[in-house]
Amino acid sequence: MFKKINNLSKSAYVALFMLSLYPSKVFSDWDALNMREGVTQVSRDVFELHMLIFYICVAIGAVVFSVMFYSLFRYTKKRNPNPSTFHESTKLEVAWTVVPFLILIAMAVPASKTLTEIYDDEEGEINIQVVGYQWKWEYKYLEDDINFFSNLSTDQDEIYNLVPKGENYLLEVDEPLIIPVDTRVRFLITANDVIHSWWVPDFAIKQDAIPGFINTAWTRAEETGIYRGNCTELCGKNHGFMPVVVKVVEKDEYSDWVLSKKEEAIKLAELTEKEWSLAELTQRGEGVYQKNCVACHQMNGEGLPPIFPALAGSDIVMFDKDRNVEILMEGVQGAAMQSFANQLSEVDMAAVITYTRQAWGNAENGDGEYVVPSDIVEYKKPKI
Amino acid sequence: MSSVIESHHDDHHHGPAKGLMRWLLTTNHKDIGTLYLWFSFAMFLIGGAMAMVIRAELFQPGMQIVEPEFYNQMLTLHGLIMVFGAVMPAFVGLANWLVPMMVGAPDMALPRLNNLSFWLLPFAFGILLSSLFMEGGAPNFGWTFYAPLSTTYAPPSVTFFIFSVHIMGASSIMGSINVIVTIMNMRAPGMDLMKMPLFVWSWLITAYLLIAVMPVLAGAVTMMLMDIHFGTSFFNAAGGGDPVLFQHIFWFFGHPEVYIMILPAFGIVSHIIETFSRKQLFGYSSMVWAMLSIAILSFVVWAHHMFTVGMPLAAELFFMWATMLIAVPTGVKVFNWVATMFKGSITYETPMLFAISFVVLFTIGGFSGLMLSIVPADFQYHDTYFVVAHFHYVLVPGSIFSIMAAVYYWIPKWTGNMYDERMGRLHFWLSFVGVNVTFFPQHWIGLAGMPRRYPDYALQFADWNMVSTAGAFLFGASQILFLFIVLKTVMGGKKATPQVWEGARGLEWSVESPAPYHTFSTPPKVN
Repeated sequence: MFKKINNLSKSAYVALFMLSLYPSKVFSDWDALNMREGVTQVSRDVFELHMLIFYICVAIGAVVFSVMFYSLFRYTKKRNPNPSTFHESTKLEVAWTVVPFLILIAMAVPASKTLTEIYDDEEGEINIQVVGYQWKWEYKYLEDDINFFSNLSTDQDEIYNLVPKGENYLLEVDEPLIIPVDTRVRFLITANDVIHSWWVPDFAIKQDAIPGFINTAWTRAEETGIYRGNCTELCGKNHGFMPVVVKVVEKDEYSDWVLSKKEEAIKLAELTEKEWSLAELTQRGEGVYQKNCVACHQMNGEGLPPIFPALAGSDIVMFDKDRNVEILMEGVQGAAMQSFANQLSEVDMAAVITYTRQAWGNAENGDGEYVVPSDIVEYKKPKI
Repeated sequence: MSSVIESHHDDHHHGPAKGLMRWLLTTNHKDIGTLYLWFSFAMFLIGGAMAMVIRAELFQPGMQIVEPEFYNQMLTLHGLIMVFGAVMPAFVGLANWLVPMMVGAPDMALPRLNNLSFWLLPFAFGILLSSLFMEGGAPNFGWTFYAPLSTTYAPPSVTFFIFSVHIMGASSIMGSINVIVTIMNMRAPGMDLMKMPLFVWSWLITAYLLIAVMPVLAGAVTMMLMDIHFGTSFFNAAGGGDPVLFQHIFWFFGHPEVYIMILPAFGIVSHIIETFSRKQLFGYSSMVWAMLSIAILSFVVWAHHMFTVGMPLAAELFFMWATMLIAVPTGVKVFNWVATMFKGSITYETPMLFAISFVVLFTIGGFSGLMLSIVPADFQYHDTYFVVAHFHYVLVPGSIFSIMAAVYYWIPKWTGNMYDERMGRLHFWLSFVGVNVTFFPQHWIGLAGMPRRYPDYALQFADWNMVSTAGAFLFGASQILFLFIVLKTVMGGKKATPQVWEGARGLEWSVESPAPYHTFSTPPKVN
């Protein structure tokens, strides 16, 4: 056989050999090539299951491929000019139907057991609703009435290679989900617009967030730390830019955090009462815009028509304040624009609308009217 | 039968018409087969170019070459074009060329339908590709087009996408009817079902799968169309609809679809291994039964694509067990191929090299498939690069290698010329290295946590993405060599004998090389 292989094929062999050497020298961190064991009982069970099936597959592969490669080298035309004529054997065929079947049962038993554990639907000590949005996550602590959004915090300049990338590039958020250690936490997962999927590898949780459905998952993290994951269902253009970050803290620290979040809410209410100047609102609004709006409407307000319309020069943004507020509060039915009523505080809502009505020459070309927090409070009051 | 043939005696001696009209109006199975094969090759290059855009963007972390919205269009079109434009038409092309010759029939049973089913395809893909130039861009929701991303949140071009899928579906259904009618009615006397060549068997089963599931796909896209334009809410939760329903319907089509793309490969590889081992295929009847069981099981495993949608425990367990069961008939096929080679008398021409690497690499894809069927582990694998590695292992060194093997194996029969063996082997080795360097590391980056359909990724995945991109460009470039080899063979080369390969058996090897324009006008005798 080897004589038949020409020079070009030989160089292919050499290339293959060189390639097999290359990784072991350059990439030292082989651990990073396998599934993570994680920090929960379930995640360790899943990891063991994964390794078990992997080794079974390797063993089967070793047997099958060694018979095959033995045949390929031993029974070449040169070494075995006269082929055998056998072409069936009922015994053999029954054997290689039944044996794999038994191996499969050996795999199915532990897999079914672990799955049943994961599907335990009991309520948690803490219950958190996780809502997927294009392209961020909302966390609602059902017992404590805490509610916030978690946005990617990686700088656009890092993404566009203008500045060096940080250590947790694309795996960092402005406000992580915080849960206490050694506590049963149940997640109620849903979505607001399209389907997303909430994945935390270290908990072995991956559940689709589907509009109109509430899926459940639970965990009991055994170690404090920061655990990073991703959205794993294609959800539009920024699918790759809505990470999941969970911070597991000691129980005391968690109680302190809950208190501080409640104080924060009181401060925010005071802020709504305050008299705001146009300059203050515009300045605050720019920050809100950068965090919530640029992904679609772009920094220059030009949007990405026709799906994400331009705000610069838009009739609604220049002349129709009421409709402007309505769109942000209700979203646009049948389009990508979602309701921001629950995502932004009254102050931020007023600020961002004011900013868009001031920026990009909209104030000069339009009516220049702006919105204050009390307008939003007014809008939210039930109408008779 | 024979009296009918004799009354058209004049037809036998005229050759093909000249010029463009030959190809537009042809009802000859060989011409239509050629058209299908060239069409699929063109689509393979276009879909491949899109894969190069994807891999180039992923060469390094950060956004360099395209914007995320264009990236999503590329991955959507890449998937759609490779599945519906490259792999499926290539198998239909092979069926057109080979099924009539293998069963000893003069042509396909429904020649005009045959012409129509091919000529629908350029229009379907013309419409699909034209969406790239439409306002809002091409479809950007992945080849699985999950609602509501593909309905409420889709770009306007989605309507053209729906129309194009309808046309492709119509084409596939016509092609399948033709294959079934040909095989059922036009076999030479003496060719019982259990004497049929395995490629014919594999296509008979594939054609039934296509007829069963293509209408389901058509139903899914029609429901999308209604949701988008006529105010229904099949998949819109806000209107009382159900986004998960879409996935059930899609995968009820989609899982048999993946076997549609692999069953004909099983047939091809069986023939090639048998020929170059110079030994009769081991376990012919168990091969047929294995394919039948795989086809039947394919209808009851669809929800293994949906383990994370939140199905009840009972459903998860059922779909896990059913999926694992597929390993049994698939294993039987692999064991039979190995047993065929055992104590054979093997030579390593290019088709055999592709066929052997098919067995090895498809089996690796099968192993990762088995791993994916384990639901708790799937919670970690699902929608990561592990899945990307899995389905590319079964589709590229699986389906596509089998198609390349088939081209090298039968091209002497089609053109009358031998291909250049040295260049064929070079093409094989470059493709083999390229495919493994591209897709093997993707298992690792998937396990380490990189989700699929991401235009950008965290820094720990950088090294292996770079390797993967290098492999992809090697694989891509070596297909230009393939094009060159095929063109060279069409234009000339060493003349082929009728039998072509020493170990070749079957009716197609009993006619001249190149096969005359009309073959088996009188049915051959089959022992």
